[in-house]
Amino acid sequence: MRKINANKIIDKVKEMCIKANYELGGDVLKKLYDARDREQSPIGREILDKLILNANIAKNEQMPICQDTGMAVFFVEIGQDVYIEGGSLTEAINEGVRQGYREGFLRKSVVKDPIIRENTRDNTPAIIHYDIVKGDKLKISFAPKGFGSENMSSLKMLKPSDGIEGIKKFVLDVVKSAGANPCPPIVVGVGIGGTMEKACILAKKALFRKLGEYSHIEHIEKLERELLDEINKTGIGPQGLGGNVTALSVNIEVFPTHIAGLPVAVNINCHAARHIEVEL
Amino acid sequence: MKEVKITTPLDDNTIEKLNAGDRVYITGIIYTARDAAHKRMVDSLKNGRKLPFDINNSIIYYVGPCPPKPGQVIGSAGPTTSYRMDDYTPTLLKVGLKGMIGKGNRSKEVINSIVENNCVYFAAIGGAGALISSCIKSSEVIAYEDLGAEAIRKLYVEDFPVIVAIDSRGNNLYDINRTKSKIEGERI
Repeated sequence: MRKINANKIIDKVKEMCIKANYELGGDVLKKLYDARDREQSPIGREILDKLILNANIAKNEQMPICQDTGMAVFFVEIGQDVYIEGGSLTEAINEGVRQGYREGFLRKSVVKDPIIRENTRDNTPAIIHYDIVKGDKLKISFAPKGFGSENMSSLKMLKPSDGIEGIKKFVLDVVKSAGANPCPPIVVGVGIGGTMEKACILAKKALFRKLGEYSHIEHIEKLERELLDEINKTGIGPQGLGGNVTALSVNIEVFPTHIAGLPVAVNINCHAARHIEVEL
Repeated sequence: MKEVKITTPLDDNTIEKLNAGDRVYITGIIYTARDAAHKRMVDSLKNGRKLPFDINNSIIYYVGPCPPKPGQVIGSAGPTTSYRMDDYTPTLLKVGLKGMIGKGNRSKEVINSIVENNCVYFAAIGGAGALISSCIKSSEVIAYEDLGAEAIRKLYVEDFPVIVAIDSRGNNLYDINRTKSKIEGERI
């Protein structure tokens, strides 16, 4: 049994909230530079230049890359030999978010009730997905998820007979109808299989993957590459103002599913594809 | 495509000369409003109440900025997605609003209303909030303070960089460029 103090988690989460919002990850920045080299449209190149400049300003000035500092989404892997002392894990994560969003001057974008819509003023509660694993480590992954892109996400319960063509068509339809809204060039997270909610969580998890890494499953990697190619032929381009770089990456996660089903979820992320992870 | 410097408040002559694709630098007072503020403004008009600022010939910027750090005028302040304001926009254009700054395409109803009222829709670069905030020289909450990031702010901006996305004749850069790039993409 390994003990981890809740205060340590609070401090770590606070730090992660601020850092993820101020400093774009090297994997994303590299993709933006690649996109700048590949983009054919002058307006697209102009926009990509400004996005790179913006990321540099944010890092140097220590300010948010984007004003939508998101809803705080976490994937937490907790080793079953870990004991959290001094408070609950969920409370510690929420306290870290509260402190991080306040001390980092990040925007508070959460409303308490989806109908009444009164701001909670501290960006809590966070959305936390837990997984209990072997060992005595605690791994916390965080992404501030903006809603320009979240709003453009979608789920469809396909039939097994729809197959790979059906999956491709659905993903492309979602990206095309999203157009300029999710701040392209986007990252496309796709979850295939499981149940309805599992597919959505897989799609979200796919957005936490480092850009430039592909699925370890051969036919899924092929699908990732093919979809990226097709998405970049839609002409949507940076900011939807035309071009041949509409997406930076397509990340697909899969899970076993039912004999009757083929759930497919598409979760879109903007070019400010912020994510960070730590292990305690 | 041309580069133009304009000042607020807008006038019909300035608007008529703008074409979809033009790079525009705006200097002057603009007002911020997004989802919740739009709802309140349109409710006010429905109930015969006054709007919290003089909307005539004005520009609304769809933004919910980050709070400023000590010594800053404003935090990151890039545009939010415009379609969520589409239900409210024609009502505001009818009472004198002339320009909007946001990101993403607009509904048919909004585009028709832009043409009918001789208005213009500008796109700013989404996700470039740190860069854009450097053009904002002053910021003051003037209404709906309880809405936090969604309150109405009066901003003074200098050379705020935008692109004409939909001009007063209804030419739409999103449609024009996407079709062009799609055709080129399929040829490769």
